[in-house]
Amino acid sequence: MKSLPVLGSSFRQLTTQQDKVTDTHREEPERITASQHHQSWLLLITLTLLADRCPSVFKEAVDMSKFPVDRIRNFCIIAHIDHGKSTLADRLLEMTGAIAKTEKNRQVLDKLQVERERGITVKAQTASLFYTHAGQQYLLNLIDTPGHVDFSYEVSRSLSACQGALLIVDANQVLNARIVINLLLFFVPPPLQGHSVIPCVILPIDLKNADPERVESQIETVFDIPSEECIRISAKLGTNVEKVLQAVVDRIPPPVGSISDPFKALVFDSNFDHYRGVVANIAVIGGRVNKGDKIVSAHLNKTYEVNELGLLRPDEQPTQKLFAGQVGYLIAGMKDVKEAQIGDTLYLQEQPVEALPGFKPAKAMVFAGMYPMDQSEYPALRSAIERLTLNDSSVTVQKDSSLALGAGWRLGFLGLLHMEVFNQRLEQEYNASVIVTAPTVPYKAVLSSAKLIKHGREEITIVNPAQFPDKSLVSEYLEPMVVGTILSPDTYTGKIMSLCLSRRAVQKNMVYIDEQRVMMKYLFPLNEIVVDFYDLLKSLSSGYASFDYENAGYQAADLIKMDFLLNGRPVEELTTIVHRASAYSTGKAMCERLKESIPRQLFEIAIQAAIGSKVIARETIKPFRKNVLAKCYGGDITRKMKLLKKQAEGKKKMRRIGNVDVPKDAFINVLKRKEK
Amino acid sequence: MMMMKNVFPAAGRVLLSPALRRFCGSPGSPGSPGSPGSPGSPEAPEDVSDVPASPQLTKQASLYVHWPYCLRRCTYCNFNKYIPKENNDPIMIECLQKETEALLQLSQVSHITSVFFGGGTPSLAHPSAIGAVLETVYKQASLSGEAEVTLEVNPTPEGMSKLEDFHRAGVNRFSIGVQSLQDEDLKSLGRDHSSQEALQTIEEARRLCPGRVSVDVMFGRPGQTVKSWEGELSELLAACDHHVSLYQLTLERGTRLFKQVQLGHVTPPAEEATAEMYHRARGTLQQHGFLQYEVSNFAKHNSESRHNLSYWKGRQYIGVGPGAHGRFVPLGEGGVVREARTQTLEPDVWIREVLQRGHGTRRRIRLSHLTLRLEEVLVMGMRMTEGINHKHWKLFSPESGLHEIFGASVGVKELQQSGHLLLDDRGLRCSWDGLALLDTILPVLLVELEKQISVNTTQEPLSVS
Repeated sequence: MKSLPVLGSSFRQLTTQQDKVTDTHREEPERITASQHHQSWLLLITLTLLADRCPSVFKEAVDMSKFPVDRIRNFCIIAHIDHGKSTLADRLLEMTGAIAKTEKNRQVLDKLQVERERGITVKAQTASLFYTHAGQQYLLNLIDTPGHVDFSYEVSRSLSACQGALLIVDANQVLNARIVINLLLFFVPPPLQGHSVIPCVILPIDLKNADPERVESQIETVFDIPSEECIRISAKLGTNVEKVLQAVVDRIPPPVGSISDPFKALVFDSNFDHYRGVVANIAVIGGRVNKGDKIVSAHLNKTYEVNELGLLRPDEQPTQKLFAGQVGYLIAGMKDVKEAQIGDTLYLQEQPVEALPGFKPAKAMVFAGMYPMDQSEYPALRSAIERLTLNDSSVTVQKDSSLALGAGWRLGFLGLLHMEVFNQRLEQEYNASVIVTAPTVPYKAVLSSAKLIKHGREEITIVNPAQFPDKSLVSEYLEPMVVGTILSPDTYTGKIMSLCLSRRAVQKNMVYIDEQRVMMKYLFPLNEIVVDFYDLLKSLSSGYASFDYENAGYQAADLIKMDFLLNGRPVEELTTIVHRASAYSTGKAMCERLKESIPRQLFEIAIQAAIGSKVIARETIKPFRKNVLAKCYGGDITRKMKLLKKQAEGKKKMRRIGNVDVPKDAFINVLKRKEK
Repeated sequence: MMMMKNVFPAAGRVLLSPALRRFCGSPGSPGSPGSPGSPGSPEAPEDVSDVPASPQLTKQASLYVHWPYCLRRCTYCNFNKYIPKENNDPIMIECLQKETEALLQLSQVSHITSVFFGGGTPSLAHPSAIGAVLETVYKQASLSGEAEVTLEVNPTPEGMSKLEDFHRAGVNRFSIGVQSLQDEDLKSLGRDHSSQEALQTIEEARRLCPGRVSVDVMFGRPGQTVKSWEGELSELLAACDHHVSLYQLTLERGTRLFKQVQLGHVTPPAEEATAEMYHRARGTLQQHGFLQYEVSNFAKHNSESRHNLSYWKGRQYIGVGPGAHGRFVPLGEGGVVREARTQTLEPDVWIREVLQRGHGTRRRIRLSHLTLRLEEVLVMGMRMTEGINHKHWKLFSPESGLHEIFGASVGVKELQQSGHLLLDDRGLRCSWDGLALLDTILPVLLVELEKQISVNTTQEPLSVS
């Protein structure tokens, strides 16, 4: 079940793409009709590229003019986690000579440790493959798409650069396949109009439990793709992988656009390189671009000179030119990733064009404080955060400080998973030790004290709960509101409505958009959706419901500050602003969860929730009485040492509050609201 | 490993962290008599790893011999044991002798302080096998008549009938795997003996080696209660000799019992209950004159196991047989640093290797940095009720004493204040309550040790020639 949100979440993302795609269609009506003839369907691959493992099979300069649009196919892959996507990607890369064929190619494209560990893709990547079919050489651009809702902005960019997708379903998991297919059904139609889909049914080595016929008939029912168009593959053995490549060529339409048009390119991703500055991933929509050309970014209207451009195979391979329909990278002396705005249009200085519709910028949904474990690590953490945000412009950064934790930052993330991944990358890639505080939203307080107003600030914004002003100084507290739009099959309407009610939401309207699907609009306090609303929504709707929101200003609210104490010491990271009505239940739930997250220690630990000096909830962790391993003789030492060293390492990463050791992830665990 | 190197690129060179050096040099440092790190002494050597271990440590060792075969598989056991399809005994005996010879040669020890035959089920071996191995030892090193020679015994009628011959072959201490005195439990644990047979075996063993018989019992077994455990314990106390080992049953992955518990077929007692069983047993044994000398071991009339004490005191030991572990300096090939050595696990493969090159050492890890050696000394030493005395520590860490390393630590101070840990003129040790919580105390001590002694994680596995 855990992987379900991956696909379901993409829906939200893709929906936001609808307008844009439709626009493209209007520009090129004949093309669309043509592609619909191709029995419009989709195929997805998630790939992360491991640049340093790829031998330069194709080192000699590539003449990009050899690849007019009809010899180019741009595609991605959609798959449920564990359905053999990575293995298929490895085979595709091997077969096209992008990487050497060795036993060692395992998840070549899952580069980040966090991606391998969590089985998710965080950063979109591109790989250009050369493939010869029927005597013609083709350029196949495989674009990686992360799955989870938090990273959906990455998906929409990637999709905007392709015309088709591989849909991968595991024949071994009939039950899951049904769910996967239903999920796909939900987000396939609108945003992927004009995208061709090639379904691939992955056969396990052991065919005993596999039921490919059933999966194919499901695909036929759901997508209206004839069973015979499904390709049965075994990525492990490489069976039929060649057919996948042929299908990409035969069934996915080439990109639209012509070399004779003026140069126009979409920036669909960007990375930061310390030596060369911004590396933008671009899809050339029309015309051509040469090294040395003067180009303009439509967004900032700034002019740059193209220093380097080329293909990603998956490592960078410079070329002299890129032509319409091609996908590659471009370096043009941009010093800040903000200069290569995702969704921006690039054109030649002397040939201005109308800008592409662009993307909605990613919107921070969860704010949390991040502090170094030790203030001496502040500079190191600062540079780690700076470097990481260079490659992830969706994170907002703001300086913050706290009495207990010292100087740090308040960071805005797209969701809780995004926050966890960011945190994990800081630790794994930059070896930084970070304390993460409770996710919050920006509240406001209208000050009553004349003295404070004198300073010209009648209304203050409280990003850090520790700075929540006392009631006596405040005439009114305000909380940020959003209008949330939920799209779901009507079967789940009841459950969704009660979830929304429990989140203090007010229903605005409810409309059937077709026979089975309903669209509901609610006014939510932002606070009620930041932490786990998506997760809950998705789980209660088996992944079908999608969610999007937009800001709706501020509203007066009866807010109070709640502190949590461990053996009488307040834990600043956990200080929370809550609505008075939910203070008791929140306090109690958080105490209970703290009890589960803090390991037993040598002494009793009292966990309390308090409003001012009044304790409203309490839990007790009993001390250990025995935890020594019984046996330890000559042959046990090595194993015992390993265990103890691990514990000692864990101890170093604990945060000490008074005499209590608290694991750092306890805070995030505690703040995830779990409801039955 | 790589990560550590990246983080502390220069750490490997320096023995003492600046903090510790300062600490050593401070005139008023408590209880650090004759610290060699005093002011004016030369800088710490560039690399301490190859400073030879004290001859006190290298000229002697204890010997562990592993007999890998069992008749059946106990449901809780994840030890290295095999149910043989055919009788491999002759070749096994030959190879145990061969490997004993080779490793004694390699270690160059002149004196074997004790021998322990463990398994598997070593009491399945023919008594002449034990004799043959001991014979090999006599040929190459001194093994005094007083030296403890222990054999693990499965208390089956067959095992019992062979005790006299084992004794004649040179065994002078028996460790009897009683495990339980409840027949039902013995059955569900997969043991092949009854409680009656166990009691008879104890009697016979006591007749042969009075005062040198140990019994193993397990608590925390599924279905056991504090009350039933107390009854069992007093029955055992009536029958046992001068040594008792108490083990809390640990669920090991891959065992049948682990699976049964996971499936909910059996339920082990709650954590609180097993803690209570341990506490009661400690109390009861003490009342009966058994002094606890280690987490799981109790003895009266000075009948502690010398062999096991040598592990906890950080002495050298040589491990012979499939999967056996050793810790010694391979002086015979010019080595100066203690190595952690593991023999090949699988008996057939091990036999092949021993026949080919005299021994089946599969893995060698040089415990080249001081920290590694001290960590083991600390972890093992703290299991003893007497803990680590200053002399014992100095033997391994002549540079910095216990007070210097642990005296200033906030964590250690807290443990002292809460009454779990003692650091005084005698040395470092757990209190009565602290010993039961050792696994919470050790990480605090390890963190402190690492902080005080520089980090050099050079732990190169060597290829075996």
